[in-house]
Amino acid sequence: MRSGFSSSAFFGRGGERSWLVASACVALLVLAPFVSLGLIAAQGSGDLWPHILAYVLPQALRDTAILLAGVGVVVVTLGVGLAWLVTAYEFPGRRAFDWALLLPLATPTYIVAYAYLDLMHPIGPVQTGLRALLGLTDPRALWFPDVRTMTGCVLLLGFVLYPYVYLSTRAMFLMQAGSLLEAARTLGASRTRVFFRVALPLARPAIAVGASLALMEALNDIGASEFLGVKTLSVSIYATWINRSNLPGAAQIALAMLLVVVALILLERWARRRERYVSQAQRARRAAPLRLKGWRAGLAIALVSAPILVGFLLPAGHVASEAWKRVRFAGVSPQIWQEVLNTILVAGAATLVAATLGFLVAASARLSRAPVGGALLRAASLGYAAPGTVVAIGLMTPLFLLDNLIADGLEAAFGLSVGLLISGSGAALVYAYAVRFLTISAGGVESGLAKLSPSLDHAARALGQTAGGAMRRVHLPLIRPALGGAALLVFVDCMKELPATLLLRPLNFETLATHLYGEAARGTYEDGSVAATFIVLVGLIPVVMLARLSRRRALAWDKGAGDGEAMARDLLLPESAAAVSASAPPAQRGGA
Amino acid sequence: MSAAASLDLQNLRQTFGKTLAVDDVSLRVEPGEIMCLLGHSGCGKTSLLRIVAGLERPDAGRVLIDGRDVVGPDRFTQPEQRGVGMMFQDYALFPHLTILENVTFGLSRLPAAKAGPLAASALARVGLSRYAKDYPHMLSGGEQQRVALARALAPGPGVLLMDEPFSNLDQRMRERIREETVAVLREKGATAVVVTHDPVEAMQIADRIALMRAGRILQIGTAAELYARPGSLFAARFFCDLNEIEALAVGGRIATPLGAFPAPPGLPDGQVTLCLRPFGVTLRAVDSCADSSADSALDPVGVLVQRRFLGDEDLFHVAVEGLAAPLRVRGRAAPALQPGARVSLRVDPNHVLVFGRNSV
Repeated sequence: MRSGFSSSAFFGRGGERSWLVASACVALLVLAPFVSLGLIAAQGSGDLWPHILAYVLPQALRDTAILLAGVGVVVVTLGVGLAWLVTAYEFPGRRAFDWALLLPLATPTYIVAYAYLDLMHPIGPVQTGLRALLGLTDPRALWFPDVRTMTGCVLLLGFVLYPYVYLSTRAMFLMQAGSLLEAARTLGASRTRVFFRVALPLARPAIAVGASLALMEALNDIGASEFLGVKTLSVSIYATWINRSNLPGAAQIALAMLLVVVALILLERWARRRERYVSQAQRARRAAPLRLKGWRAGLAIALVSAPILVGFLLPAGHVASEAWKRVRFAGVSPQIWQEVLNTILVAGAATLVAATLGFLVAASARLSRAPVGGALLRAASLGYAAPGTVVAIGLMTPLFLLDNLIADGLEAAFGLSVGLLISGSGAALVYAYAVRFLTISAGGVESGLAKLSPSLDHAARALGQTAGGAMRRVHLPLIRPALGGAALLVFVDCMKELPATLLLRPLNFETLATHLYGEAARGTYEDGSVAATFIVLVGLIPVVMLARLSRRRALAWDKGAGDGEAMARDLLLPESAAAVSASAPPAQRGGA
Repeated sequence: MSAAASLDLQNLRQTFGKTLAVDDVSLRVEPGEIMCLLGHSGCGKTSLLRIVAGLERPDAGRVLIDGRDVVGPDRFTQPEQRGVGMMFQDYALFPHLTILENVTFGLSRLPAAKAGPLAASALARVGLSRYAKDYPHMLSGGEQQRVALARALAPGPGVLLMDEPFSNLDQRMRERIREETVAVLREKGATAVVVTHDPVEAMQIADRIALMRAGRILQIGTAAELYARPGSLFAARFFCDLNEIEALAVGGRIATPLGAFPAPPGLPDGQVTLCLRPFGVTLRAVDSCADSSADSALDPVGVLVQRRFLGDEDLFHVAVEGLAAPLRVRGRAAPALQPGARVSLRVDPNHVLVFGRNSV
């Protein structure tokens, strides 16, 4: 009777071990750039280190700290305020604004900076228009705030990155707080008191998640800060490597930057320390919103329109109209098509790699059930927190060594001269993207798998499948939508990625993002706007997905239907802002 | 603080999109009364409760608390100004506040020196003083329910609204907590409106029950009235598991395979549904009826097809010629009665209900 399968085969020790080994290899690949970063930095940058310590680091740290603090204040104020406005009140167009507030997610920070530099230029449309309005002719007669300042940079980044806070906080207001807000009302609390005493404290974990994501983006940003003259750590790393060709120096700054990342993560964990107490509400119900009329409705509309206008419509509209002019004037240059092709090639390859590896680590974490699997999954997801410049600097040395090894080997064995196989082919870029965005695919697969009952595994195994067979024939088909959604997000993020691309691309290899960077750095805006328009259009895809998803959920709430707790968990970990799921593993585990 | 208030609902209507959730509902609840809104899910009972609390705004109708308009054609008092307490189905305890802070939450208009002791005594009344400094997630479901009750009652609301207050408790605790809750309400003399889908619960706690269906109130009365004189087949089914027999009423008499029954006065001739309560029928083995009196010989006869032991009583299925489904009968019968036996059935006319076609 037992001859069919022994108990050890049933529990699949052997099969699982090979999954774990593969998973460990992936984790090693992800960790490699960080280890090498430490090694390079330890070599010392010679006589440059005193210079860096005295002149570069203090300013970079100070600018980064001011930038992060400023952006933090702006994104939390905007994100929380807007989320409260669209959930607690009803006004004409609220449903449309509800998702339109996500639009700034579609525009990478460097494109917004690029657009505003052009828009606000003394001879750009805004100032020209104002002068025409005032009847002035001399460009110097009108004082106008300069965008190229720390304040300008904080505001721009804030208006582009607030959707992270908006998204997570709005979900919290809608889901968790529904009946709690109503309970507070029936206990005699006014709307203001409800906001400060109930809604805000409850939303704190969500705010922390959203704000930390926004700050990671701000830290990662290279284009906007550089164009606007803010010397952040990211910019300093880039400058140290490109201008001074000093890799150890860049690595040392990169290590300082990693410390900032760790500080951010700790801050986020601290703010969420009581989260598990909070995720208790059982029933999803949106608290009855207050219908605004007259001037109050007008004010609400003005308040929610402003960030959409500033963070999306103005920059995207400007870029699109410039692109249109350019195309009408000169057509689309063949160079652009080559860049589109380049971008799709590297982003596509990286998506394939990230999706495969992400499935591998998430699946092996599920199969093994041992803590090791989960730990490997977490390790493989570490890259999300590392800014692109840090990953790129960390990858340079090992890839260079590997390249030389391969080249020498092939030369010696076959007399072939292949040059730098990895760095020269764009494989380095694919590697860097995979390290950065593996967390999105792994997180997508993980949350997809979490929804499948363990009985499915047991049933498949009892029917004679191996662990791998069950994954392939049962789990993979079931999580295909989750995996597909995650892959799409990886693709879009790869397309938009700038800092690592700048550092690791092969010579004379331009993607849309690097092309735009080049144009902006030179102060020329010609084909740049066409490239920017492409990126924004692609960036819109996940925003539309997200909007449809949240709309479907909003409808479910309006009917008061559905499994509240599961919806709450989904919303806290939206597949779309998958980075959220990457930064929130404890919540996911605790909630189960 | 404030004494029990009366509650008047007049011609309330509410629609959600195309569905009519509340359809012309009028209801008066006397001060100190416990009124149950009873109905299946989606019948509009919770919507009605939320209208009273001020969490929904009705399309039409008025709500008066103690004769004071809170909802009217051009009037809408915000929930925090109504003096209405509400207990939510999921209790809605604030997870970031301690138990005592939860109970104190509604007392913010009092100076702290008064609010503290008041909250503490409310907590003491439900026997949870020892948890004052704990957080809601540390308490069991039953304890959370009592905290929610203490919190809702602490500000002394004129009317307390309770939405399925016991549905999240497990079966064994439910009975005890129900009794405790009613005791607290009686002690406070509070006016309460309780939403439930469970007729047994409604009968246990309510002074009066308003039976709802599809947004309307079908019938209002005490538990005994609703049970004994249900106004419709729907109401009858709600309180009892009935045997239903389709029959024809002709000239004041209803002929059925179980014999003829007098039609209730005023019932027009035509198709009717005749309902028998399962314990309104007495079974006897036919063969043992040698001593049968004259009338028992006229009793209809059936065949016992199944017998289930249910503890205090037995459930019998009896096939009767002319009836589509076996008759369900509850009660005690001779131990010898086994499936296959022929039995006579005697129907107690007090447990027969008749409804015309249009009463459904």
